[in-house]
Amino acid sequence: MTIANIDAAWIDAALTAARPQAVAALLRYFRDLDTAEEAFQDACLRALKAWPKNGPPRDPTAWLILVGRNAALDGVRKQSKSSPLPPEELISDLEDAEATLVDRLDGEHYRDDVLRLLFICCHPDLPATQQVAVALRIVSGLSVRQIARAFLVGESAMEQRITRAKARIGAAAVPFGAPDLEERAQRLNTVAAMVYLVFNEGYSAGGKELLTRGALCDEAIRLARLLLRLFPGEPEVMGLTALLLLQHARAPARFDSDGAVVLLEDQDRALWNGRMIAEGLALIDKAVRHRRPGPYLVQAAIAAEHDRAERPEDTNWQRIDLLYGDLEQLAPSPVVTLNRAVAVSKVAGPEAALAMIEPLAPKLSGYFHFFGLRGGLLLQLGRRDEARVAFDQAIALANTAAEAAHIRLHLDRLMKEGAGG
Amino acid sequence: MLYAILCYNFEDVVGAWSPAEDAAVMARLGAVEAGLAAAERLGATARLLPTTAAVTLRKGREPLVIDGPFAETKEQLLGFYVVDCGDLEAAIAVARDLAAANPDRGAYEIRPLAVYRPGHLTGARARRVHRRRAGA
Repeated sequence: MTIANIDAAWIDAALTAARPQAVAALLRYFRDLDTAEEAFQDACLRALKAWPKNGPPRDPTAWLILVGRNAALDGVRKQSKSSPLPPEELISDLEDAEATLVDRLDGEHYRDDVLRLLFICCHPDLPATQQVAVALRIVSGLSVRQIARAFLVGESAMEQRITRAKARIGAAAVPFGAPDLEERAQRLNTVAAMVYLVFNEGYSAGGKELLTRGALCDEAIRLARLLLRLFPGEPEVMGLTALLLLQHARAPARFDSDGAVVLLEDQDRALWNGRMIAEGLALIDKAVRHRRPGPYLVQAAIAAEHDRAERPEDTNWQRIDLLYGDLEQLAPSPVVTLNRAVAVSKVAGPEAALAMIEPLAPKLSGYFHFFGLRGGLLLQLGRRDEARVAFDQAIALANTAAEAAHIRLHLDRLMKEGAGG
Repeated sequence: MLYAILCYNFEDVVGAWSPAEDAAVMARLGAVEAGLAAAERLGATARLLPTTAAVTLRKGREPLVIDGPFAETKEQLLGFYVVDCGDLEAAIAVARDLAAANPDRGAYEIRPLAVYRPGHLTGARARRVHRRRAGA
């Protein structure tokens, strides 16, 4: 990269990419989230001035940490009227200072810094959506406006929500000690769940909302890759990253031009993102070598079975059924059993699947997909009146307009057939 | 003389490109490649998947497979292979064979490809290389 062609877009992307590491290191240094964020902001402003002139530093992250730290210290010094630190134009030439910092960044210290930054966003008192909002603000650096758009709420409402959540985080004791092995594993679990939440916020968006909310999926993949770089030997982090990639690979085919849901079996598979699928499959291969399958890896393996099938009829439902069986053991939940029932309906027929989901009714009485699947199975069995009731219940519980519209299609077909016969 | 041109960049930054930005860069590079291809000067080209998809086989008496890309800076990049493998295990098996043939030091990073084009090397210089290999 020559100095001449370093443009604003490149700097912007570099600052975004460096943010989690830089804010995390500054948080360790200042032990205060607001100070760390301000210091990073300061460093970014200086980068925008210095980098076009001097070219990008060898290690942008290290540069931002060093300059951010000095800027914040400088602020303190100015308040106490002592002498300022040298300007960052000089700092960017101090290769030695950068080198020592880079050495330190490579250490385990640094890995725990980023984990800590992600972990404090997962404060147990914060509802899931607030954890996601705070992580997007602090770790990913999305603007309040971007986050508000992604959550389909007003900007001032989101601003308030984030401010309140941050106050809660600030009041809690941030764990600055180095975590032991068990603590680290626990933090990693919590953080992985939060990254998955970020993804689902984007993934559950309807077709029309996809433009604004779909960005959350990209953001979640970025966070998952960041975790994977920090913890390269963790099979569940490989599994999580693979799962997100393999699901997001189908995004271009999941909705038609009117924003209506296109079911997996009706999707134009040529639209699937082959590169994401290749990366997801490669990560599964890596994770499988550890012979410690966890819930994310098994879910990724299920997604991979769908992604591997060139046509819907090539899908290996038997294998998917087995994998859901594994998942029921690892992470039992009625929703997992409900999903398994789809595979069972393909392998053993709708009757077996229906028998499998009937006992779930009390637990899933408020779940859109339960009634959607129930209606579909009843329809396959020719029990049309019962199917209609189930579809009506599904529509009442639909989370998005696209979901409701999809069920309405079934209903319309039933009505037409009813009139004809 | 054949030259390899190795591409280095900030993976984080490239990974944050939007599909449109990515496509625009690839199109600009494609224009350069097209000129070389028309002159029959372009050999195989590849774009690699992110380093997070890599494992590394560390040579030694018992070669060790480590998750992640090759990270040491003491050794230098001396060459590469592109091999068609059913899965990661098959790729590791090939790397093990290579390590057994040249066991002294170093490592093989095993990284899946995102894009591979076999190239158009049919010019005089390439033919000379082919003949040399055929005669060997």
